[in-house]
Amino acid sequence: MEIRWYIFLSVALFCIGVIGALTRRNAIIVFMCIELMLNSVNLLLVAFSKMHMSGVAAKYPGLATDAQLFVFFIMVVAAAEVSVGLAIIVMMYRNTHSVDINFLNRLKN
Amino acid sequence: MINLVYLVPLLPLIGFLINGLARNILSKSFVSIIGSGVILGSFFISLLIFFQVRDENFTAQIFSYFDFISVGKIKVDFAFQVDQLSSLFLLIITGVGFLIHVYSTSYMREEDSKDFARYFAYLNLFVFSMLILVLGANYVIMFIGWEGVGLCSYLLIGYWFKNTDYNNAAKKAFIMNRIGDLGFLLGIFWMINAFGTVSFHDLFNSNNGIISSISAINSPTLVGITMLLFVGAMGKSAQIPLYTWLPDAMAGPTPVSALIHAATMVTAGIYMIARSNLIYTHAPATMTLVAIIGLSTAILAATIALKQNDIKKVLAYSTVSQLGYMFLGLGVGAYTGAVFHVITHAFFKALLFLGAGSVIHAMGGEQDIRNMGGLSKHMRITYLTFFTGCIAIAGIPPFSGFFSKDEILAGAFAHNPVLYFIGLGGALLTAFYMFRLLAMTFLGKFRGTEEQSHHLHESPSAITIPLIILAFLSIAGGLVGIPEFMIPHEHRLQEFLNPIFAQSNGILLNPEIPRQTEYLLTGVSTILILVTSIWAWKKYKNYQVKPSDETGLGKVLVNKWYVDELYDLIIVKPLKALSLFFNNVIERTGIDGLVNGVGRGINYSSRQIRLLQSGQVGTYILMMVIGVVILFIIQLFAK
Repeated sequence: MEIRWYIFLSVALFCIGVIGALTRRNAIIVFMCIELMLNSVNLLLVAFSKMHMSGVAAKYPGLATDAQLFVFFIMVVAAAEVSVGLAIIVMMYRNTHSVDINFLNRLKN
Repeated sequence: MINLVYLVPLLPLIGFLINGLARNILSKSFVSIIGSGVILGSFFISLLIFFQVRDENFTAQIFSYFDFISVGKIKVDFAFQVDQLSSLFLLIITGVGFLIHVYSTSYMREEDSKDFARYFAYLNLFVFSMLILVLGANYVIMFIGWEGVGLCSYLLIGYWFKNTDYNNAAKKAFIMNRIGDLGFLLGIFWMINAFGTVSFHDLFNSNNGIISSISAINSPTLVGITMLLFVGAMGKSAQIPLYTWLPDAMAGPTPVSALIHAATMVTAGIYMIARSNLIYTHAPATMTLVAIIGLSTAILAATIALKQNDIKKVLAYSTVSQLGYMFLGLGVGAYTGAVFHVITHAFFKALLFLGAGSVIHAMGGEQDIRNMGGLSKHMRITYLTFFTGCIAIAGIPPFSGFFSKDEILAGAFAHNPVLYFIGLGGALLTAFYMFRLLAMTFLGKFRGTEEQSHHLHESPSAITIPLIILAFLSIAGGLVGIPEFMIPHEHRLQEFLNPIFAQSNGILLNPEIPRQTEYLLTGVSTILILVTSIWAWKKYKNYQVKPSDETGLGKVLVNKWYVDELYDLIIVKPLKALSLFFNNVIERTGIDGLVNGVGRGINYSSRQIRLLQSGQVGTYILMMVIGVVILFIIQLFAK
């Protein structure tokens, strides 16, 4: 399989994530879209690491897995972020009985 | 002793610092002692220097103290030059200056002690600047003094600064002087450009001076430089067209008028041209202009003086007129005569002003001679000394004015008889207005108020003693320059000043006047002056105030030929209109429009851009995405 299919998939996922984050008003869906974007990047990193660094791995064993380590970092950070973000959404729902992000406009004044 | 020359200006500077800085704590008598004492000290040193300079083998000495300006090839030293001309001026400035300081101690007695000290501080600063002016060994140092005296003149004219008119007079004097100073400064720049030096020694010494080795006459550079220097002299020495500040300068205290606006500062222009005589000799075109300007000023001011009723104004116009004579002398190449007239004029004009001050003092501030009269009975000494001054200025032998004026007129005759006859006419006018002034002030019946007549008294001795000394000098001062045709080899001033003017005289070769002609001219002029004096004396002896207004020429003269009005019309009014135009159009719409426009533009654009900050998170993300996409596209195509 060529790398380009991974790239197409990842770009498609990213665009879905962007469009979703821009257009949807439900905070949970926006949240999911952000996750989607993060994971599309993860996918890309893993794909490049697997398919382009195999030659490098022979010479510099340390370098070959850098991107995959990066992915773990992103997943950990994303997990932490999810816990905070969901907590915020829960608090928001408690106060307003809604998860509409446009509702938060009121904070601006 | 001559090595101590730096003390001559230094002492007045010290006096200025003491009186100026400690003016709030010093008592009046202490201020008087310091103020007059430093000038007396300078006078003694000047006297000793003078005796040394008088030695026949004396050559000009230069004392260089430090490097003042050193840029590229131009090097200007802070240096003093002691020679015959500067030592002579040192004597006049410190001598007459000292007498006027003594006089002031009494005249200004009624001022607050703070103002009294301020007055003496200014006066000392003036003497300091004037000494720098005459001692400077190059034009730049001279210019420092030149500016300094202008500043002091401004400060002293506006001494009573709470009076707006006096302040305006001070400003007028300062601005008029600035116009002249600009000419002087440009002349110096041109000189640096053309010759690379401004030092008198480099320019004028007879061995290898730059000017001395020039043989061309009327070269454009020399004519240009001399013209610009003359503009400076016009401003400082009150010549047409810059003379109108001097009569207004009478707003200052009377001793100031005597010292600055009669005896010393206004002669700075004559000093400068006498100092530069060699350049002027090489530019006869400028000399002709100097003579014409001098003569027209002499006549114009004399005619104005005929109709003035303010005792100080008459003397002020008379000063302008006498300065005109000095320039006439310079213009026709009678340099010695001009310097001679500076000396004698310093004596008798200081005397007349101080006498006028004494009169004003007795009259309780009254300056209008129509309200005076009959003062000779009450003020014997003032009357006699003033009378002496009048005879001296009118040019009646053997008083000092006769010799100096006669020498200038003789020079004018040798140059061109027309100048002589016009000059003689001016001399007759001088005799007329001076004796008119004398008769209206001191003779006839007293025309002032009852209260003033009780108040009349002779002034205290601090005022009368300087008057007596100056009267003596006015009588005897002329004897240093007895003309050749009366007693041969008795013109000691000419011999004394010969080293300064020898080179010019060698080039000019003024034609000799036959002895008979000279006797005739002197005789005729003396008789005419005597007749005019007696006529004026008779006419105004029993002056009565007439209510009728002046008509015809008299009205023009009362209004000073409408020169102030003319200047107002052709300079002040257009300038004001232009300023208004600039203020209303350029300033309001142009500059204000630009500045306010920038403000308004920022205000407007920020109000628009503010809308982007809507608080909609979605919009922000959209912006971010658009930004990323744009960057991405740029990155794609940038290669």
